[in-house]
Amino acid sequence: MATKVGVATAAQLSKEEIMRYSRHLIMPEVGMEGQLKIKQAKVLCIGTGGLGAPLGLYLAAAGVGRLGLVDFDVVDSTNLQRQVLFGSTDVGKPKTQAAANRLRDLNPDIRIDTYDTQLTSANAFELFKDYDIIVDGTDNFPTRYLVNDASVMMGKRNVYGSIFRFEGQITVFGAPDGPCYRCLYPEPPPPGLVPSCAEGGVLGVLPGIVGTIQAAEALKLIIGKGDPLIGRLLLFDALAMKFRELKLRKNPDCPVCGTHPTLTQLIDYAEFCGIRGEEAPSTVTNIPEITARELKARLDHGDDIYVLDVREPHEYQICNLQGHLIPLGELPQRVHELDSSREIVAHCKSGKRSAQAVEFLRGAGFKKVQNLKGGILAWSDEVDPSVPKY
Amino acid sequence: MAVKVMIPTPLRAYAGKQESVEVQAATVGEALSALTTKHTDLKKHLFSDDGRLRSFVNVYVNDEDIRYLQKEQTALKAGDTISIVPSIAGGVNRARI
Repeated sequence: MATKVGVATAAQLSKEEIMRYSRHLIMPEVGMEGQLKIKQAKVLCIGTGGLGAPLGLYLAAAGVGRLGLVDFDVVDSTNLQRQVLFGSTDVGKPKTQAAANRLRDLNPDIRIDTYDTQLTSANAFELFKDYDIIVDGTDNFPTRYLVNDASVMMGKRNVYGSIFRFEGQITVFGAPDGPCYRCLYPEPPPPGLVPSCAEGGVLGVLPGIVGTIQAAEALKLIIGKGDPLIGRLLLFDALAMKFRELKLRKNPDCPVCGTHPTLTQLIDYAEFCGIRGEEAPSTVTNIPEITARELKARLDHGDDIYVLDVREPHEYQICNLQGHLIPLGELPQRVHELDSSREIVAHCKSGKRSAQAVEFLRGAGFKKVQNLKGGILAWSDEVDPSVPKY
Repeated sequence: MAVKVMIPTPLRAYAGKQESVEVQAATVGEALSALTTKHTDLKKHLFSDDGRLRSFVNVYVNDEDIRYLQKEQTALKAGDTISIVPSIAGGVNRARI
């Protein structure tokens, strides 16, 4: 029912809103009733990056009455390959601020609250309490377990989406009789076992597709139409362009959402995931290192150093120190190509893979091998800025 | 029987970059064993040192989680698809806490 011009409440749509959302209103699946539910909905988006971009855009476009955006990060140029909420002029700005600006332009009628903070066990309940639906657009395991546990404990549905390279997973956790994240994965992988986007890369469109599916699921939960992904794990492979679906069962023994929950308070999630906040927990120790400056000095001096590059061929094409390329995974089979009597400096992009290479070679009896600390990135910073960073 | 094992992206590097591997097996346990015999690097990613399936890796036969079937004893039919579904989070795998 239309109201007088200029007068609109949450229980009614103004003439302008009716015009804006007309394409929703003329569909029986949404209609005035559905649009009013959307206007009265309160959705909290955790993360405004790859997944958060389409999420924020489509939920704002749909007219979700109250949107909360949680992110403590700052826009970086490497984000722009996929985080389409931001523009080049936003580099350096807090993500929540840039996101809110863009979304308020898209839809000035909705309420957008920003929380330029990290979600933690200390603030999760406080942040969640004003919202009905939580959408998980985060990028790390500890936060995912935190979002899950807090959602279940507060009885809020959690629209989950996650990605890796060109594969995605989407489902809805936290529904009254539905499973939660711990029903699916009781424990996280130990750090270092699954590469991050920075290490493994990600197809830019992938979080766009997965985040949009999450927005669709959030809207379906709000209007109460269609079949939500409760108890269903949707798997998406962008390269094969295939969707598959697996059944997700609620685990009666789940410590958080089972019949006799043993976890009733939020825990230290970093500890749970085996991380204690170090920048780069390394599994290798006592690796002999050489800095980029030292290596440059030795090479300029004419020292006979064999530079071993353990990155992948496609990385070599981006930039290289003209080292001999043996990808880390091939090193065991190709170790005979190396001369252990020569001094070897191994490098990769940032120093982690090459540290593993050095450890392997020392184990194989190589005595004169060192790791280039900080990798080719450090070479670019300290020695030759013309070497591109990636 | 001949069954197909779907290899998830994070593990394809250890399975000769293949997205699926055909194995002969009568149970899920046999199929995983055949898989890790063919591709030994997969073993430490799927199994912990005491030989148990890692808890951040789920295994499905067609669309059912084996934890709700007979786990590794789940019997297979010809043409079944086994899916290995590991936990993924995108972004970074260490907390900035």
